[in-house]
Amino acid sequence: MTSIAEIPPVVQSARAHGLKAVFQHARYVMRENPVTGFAFLMFLFFVLCATIGPWLVPHDPLASNTAQALKPPSALNWFGTDQLGRDIFSRVVVAARLDLAIAISSVLLVFAFGGLSGVAAGYFGGWTDRIVGRICDTIMAFPLFVLAMGIVAALGNTVTNIVIATAIINYPLYARLARSEANVRRDAGFVHAARLSGNSEGRILLMHILPNILPIMMVQVSLTMGYAILNAAGLSFIGLGVRPPTPEWGIMVAEGASFIVSGEWWIAFFPGLTLMLAVFCFNLLGDGLRDIVDPQRRT
Amino acid sequence: MLTMIARRMMLAIPSIVGVIVVTFLLTRVLPGDTAAYFAGPAASAQAVEEVRVKLGLDQSIPVQFASYVGDLLRGDLGASLTTGRPVVTELAARLPASTELTLAALLLSLVIAVPLGIIAAVRNDSWVDHFTRIFTTAGVSLPVFFTGLLFVYVFYFLLGWAPAPLGRLDVFYSSPPEWTGFFLIDSLVAREWETFRAALAQLALPTITLAVFSLAPIARITRASMLNVLASDFVRTARAAGLSGGTVVMRYAFRNALLPVITTLGMVFSFLLGANVLVEKVFAWPGVGSYAVEALLASDYAPVQGFVLVMAILYVLVNLAIDLLYGVVDPRMKVEG
Repeated sequence: MTSIAEIPPVVQSARAHGLKAVFQHARYVMRENPVTGFAFLMFLFFVLCATIGPWLVPHDPLASNTAQALKPPSALNWFGTDQLGRDIFSRVVVAARLDLAIAISSVLLVFAFGGLSGVAAGYFGGWTDRIVGRICDTIMAFPLFVLAMGIVAALGNTVTNIVIATAIINYPLYARLARSEANVRRDAGFVHAARLSGNSEGRILLMHILPNILPIMMVQVSLTMGYAILNAAGLSFIGLGVRPPTPEWGIMVAEGASFIVSGEWWIAFFPGLTLMLAVFCFNLLGDGLRDIVDPQRRT
Repeated sequence: MLTMIARRMMLAIPSIVGVIVVTFLLTRVLPGDTAAYFAGPAASAQAVEEVRVKLGLDQSIPVQFASYVGDLLRGDLGASLTTGRPVVTELAARLPASTELTLAALLLSLVIAVPLGIIAAVRNDSWVDHFTRIFTTAGVSLPVFFTGLLFVYVFYFLLGWAPAPLGRLDVFYSSPPEWTGFFLIDSLVAREWETFRAALAQLALPTITLAVFSLAPIARITRASMLNVLASDFVRTARAAGLSGGTVVMRYAFRNALLPVITTLGMVFSFLLGANVLVEKVFAWPGVGSYAVEALLASDYAPVQGFVLVMAILYVLVNLAIDLLYGVVDPRMKVEG
């Protein structure tokens, strides 16, 4: 079927080295699935907003100017102004940093805890497995957003606790995935080989099994990233965590909500749209990555 | 059949125990003094001490847990600080509003998502299929509070089709005589057609908002599971035996494809119960979610704790019901059970 000329670039990239390989692989991914390429570009855009956005925005996101309050989108204020005359465009761009920071830190947190405990549960089995399984079952017994509300209420109404709550409700996903992937590999040839060459159990777990399941875990990261953003924005929409006047997408939608019924749509619309695009971007990216890493799970 | 139901119910018990332990722990990890927290921000030192003794916080943790469980068994979830009324009464009064909304949304999304998923699978790679795929990815990306507000803007402000997003019933109508607590059913039972129409109008937008959100996972799993089943040997055999396309799809394929869909309903319900809180806030819906949000913002902890507990127990029961339904749909489960 495949002639020499048609060897997929992914095979070639295995032979290439360093940066060149990365670029080759990226080009292959983009060509194979343009939607993933598009999502990746959108992702880069959001990362740019989060990193250098605050220096680029035309207005101070916190400066109020009551003379300019509730103005619809114009050449001066691209997304209009809110009830205090603040520039919504600047606020939306600046908010990217906080929203992404919350999502990324919660995902990293759950990646570390869920991944490690899941791998240990799958590899060692026995009581480790039972404890991790029991914790997962208990978390899954709650409607997740409701549990997040309860956790934030109990720990205190701060951004840090939003991160923790989001990490906790995602824990079962990570722990179960890591558990099943580690469980499949516990009797694999490379594990026996590692053991025979004198590696300790802990070292096999961390240096052999964990790197092996990393690609699948990374797919999980990008799949849950969108959910983490959505969850954090939902919590701040009901008034938890982020406090005004901090620019954050969820709280900006909440601030604009009361103006919707009187027709000032732009206050809630632009932050909401941006939030939606960010989540959409991560979901597409996650789907695309999964198709590449683990084609069998494609739905 | 009965033994199967009993066995399933036994399986739900660890979940309920877990839920109770977690809600208990949540009250104990409050930063600072729990008694001061429950007594409210304006309480004097003496009042805090009284609350401490009243709540039994001067006892050891196991004793506290025992009394917490005892209170739960007696149906006592404490009282709200702001209203002074028992949490149980408030939750019971507001639960029908939330349940009506959630069930209506679930029904609507099932009615749309299942046929959509079937068509997308049967006409694989057609425009319906592509539309479904885009729609399902977009659907899970939608922040419900944002789509809710969009709907309010378009259908209330611009078009004027929907009533103002202010609760279950316009102020001009009185609520129907209470029977189930579901306004749609109660007004029908009382033959108050006008009230039924008004309640339906209020219910429409929040229901659609929630349904759009829960549509996506259902349509997606229906499509995936139908595709799977349609590729199986028994479908090929049925086709080869000359059965019509409709019979094969509906009688043979669909019944088998239904099982993963039912399993997903549990997850969908988890999403729905969470999204409910947000939608209730957008539409000023007088349900348990908005009650909990108000209490949360007022640092009134007992209602929040009660809300989390009630939602979790409801969710465990829903999962139990789904398990039982699974047994009904799939006769093989009965034999094994």
